[in-house]
Amino acid sequence: MTGGRLAGAVASVRLWFAPERLREEGDTPDYRFSLANERTFLAWLRTAMALVGGGFAVDQFLPDTGRPLRLALALTLLAGGAVCALRAINHWIRCERAMRRGEDLPVSRFPVLLGLAVGVVALLMVIVVAVGWGG
Amino acid sequence: MTEPVRDPGLQPERTRLAWRRTTLACAVAASLAGRQTLHAGLGPLPVLALSLVVLSGLAFLAVSHRRIRHLHTPRPPLLTPRAAVAAVGCVLGAAACGAAMLR
Repeated sequence: MTGGRLAGAVASVRLWFAPERLREEGDTPDYRFSLANERTFLAWLRTAMALVGGGFAVDQFLPDTGRPLRLALALTLLAGGAVCALRAINHWIRCERAMRRGEDLPVSRFPVLLGLAVGVVALLMVIVVAVGWGG
Repeated sequence: MTEPVRDPGLQPERTRLAWRRTTLACAVAASLAGRQTLHAGLGPLPVLALSLVVLSGLAFLAVSHRRIRHLHTPRPPLLTPRAAVAAVGCVLGAAACGAAMLR
């Protein structure tokens, strides 16, 4: 199971760098579907950029917080942004391939995980600001 | 000659605006990085990291500009994986610089 997932991930990464291989598979979908997929990709990139921006902001706007907690929050947000960006391109290419092959679009539990993580970080920040915890 | 196809859903236009919004998000992150550099007291490392953040923002602007030019055709071609990788690389670069700027 894990080996299969790893092989799938490697195949996806190889596809990132070989656009002609993507075009070899299946039929070209309606260009409007491809553009919608592209906009979804961009929306995820914006989310990633917002998380990176949040990482910058935590370091500046929580100056009274203890250094370890501040660093942990900032690094979590920055790492979340990086993961979100990588996942964005992976999901984009998988959707594009599924559309060419006429398969169902890939499902993912990433949005749930991201939502939970952002919720936890937000809750922590509320506590930090309200209680002055970690100061 | 080929007749321009009317797209009732304005798909190319919406995609163009999505690229613009994403470029704007990069600009916001770059301004936060600039504020951070001032905050940190203009040391060599923060200034270097800020330059790299600004550079990745400009690279994103270049990628999105190229893509937007291609979207002007009636039947826009598929976004190339290379452009998508470049766009993701800009975000990753900004994240790495953010980590380097932390005090």
